[in-house]
Amino acid sequence: MSHDHDHHDNELDPFAARVRALETILTRKGLIDPAAIDVIVDTYETKVGPRNGARVVAKAWADPEFAAWLKRDATAAIGSLGYTGRQGEHMQAVFNTKDTHNLVVCTLCSCYPWSVLGLPPVWYKAPPYRSRAVIDPRGVLEEFGLTLPTTKKIRVWDSTAELRYLVVPMRPEGAEGWSEERLADLVTRDAMIGTALAREPA
Amino acid sequence: MNGPQDLGGQMGFGPVAPEKDEPYFHAEWERRALGVTLCAGAMGAWTIDESRHARESLHPADYYASSYYQIWIKALEVLLKRHGFVSERDLAAGTAVDPAATPKRVLKAENVPAVLAKGGPCDRPVATPARFEAGDLVRTKNFNPTGHTRLPRYARGKHGTIEAVRDGFVFPDSNAHGHGENPQWVYTVVFEGAEIWGEGADPTLTVSIDAWESYLEPA
Repeated sequence: MSHDHDHHDNELDPFAARVRALETILTRKGLIDPAAIDVIVDTYETKVGPRNGARVVAKAWADPEFAAWLKRDATAAIGSLGYTGRQGEHMQAVFNTKDTHNLVVCTLCSCYPWSVLGLPPVWYKAPPYRSRAVIDPRGVLEEFGLTLPTTKKIRVWDSTAELRYLVVPMRPEGAEGWSEERLADLVTRDAMIGTALAREPA
Repeated sequence: MNGPQDLGGQMGFGPVAPEKDEPYFHAEWERRALGVTLCAGAMGAWTIDESRHARESLHPADYYASSYYQIWIKALEVLLKRHGFVSERDLAAGTAVDPAATPKRVLKAENVPAVLAKGGPCDRPVATPARFEAGDLVRTKNFNPTGHTRLPRYARGKHGTIEAVRDGFVFPDSNAHGHGENPQWVYTVVFEGAEIWGEGADPTLTVSIDAWESYLEPA
């Protein structure tokens, strides 16, 4: 439902035409710079994405002092790695433990930590996830292929204000002595939303 | 408002459909939609709260039938008309027909990296001390405002515990309507699953929201 159009544009797609018309109107009136759109798109397509968050998590796994800083002041700790800005102005890091699994949602819109995860996936913004994450998180996680033990506590964070949440998954066993760069390969976008665990070392 | 955006606990939308190796954009127009929306916002005529309210004010049937970027564009047209940048005649013609209001600024390509890196912090000093502290028991208000609010329906009139005192933040319920930032303290409030969902709730579940101080009363 959230995504029922073709995966390409053509002149017959009315919504593509509607967006193009709006861009044309605003450009001709001198209100927007089309080259600025290109830079925005390039930023979120090639520069700002979940690799940022993976580096944050890997550093927290490897460096207890950084982990403590991340817990205390996530905005500053994340900013020290150069990840700042739009939809990451006020960060909180929430750590999975042996007892508790964290899951992040925005039931009211699509709030998401862009500075560390980039643009949100379609499912995160769509009604099935937004409606059910708070009432049936186990059922939602099953749809991602994740079955948690029945004794595991689940904490759902609904991003109703301007705080943006980054889940720090548990470090898997078998990656002792790994560099931060290698550790980051174990950290997926979904693990930092809470719909997955970190990858197991191959 | 009790609009289509307030989805927590609603049923009938079917399973979540994660897409393997999902691309950031599914069509070229989505790229332009992202950029046009951010560039138009950068004119400085409206706040993020007003834009959220424009999106949730779409007719529910329209909201649920639209993808995320479609919701953005439909709400953007409303905002551009409201603030005098675009007219119905412009939209009907598909090109600039009428003159536009003067924006505070126009985002140029060379300024994009700095603007995105700066973002739009909305923490603000609050003149009064925080009313609650971590560990306090609170009850959320039961209200049904017709304007913008960030207290979801599922969390109204519920007992919870203050887990953390955050910062002072712009109050969206007034800012969305041009009635000023009126910053308030924001708290992370935790609820037991059973307090929210009652009978049959997952006993291992807790849910938290971030709540502005005026949403809360001592319990």
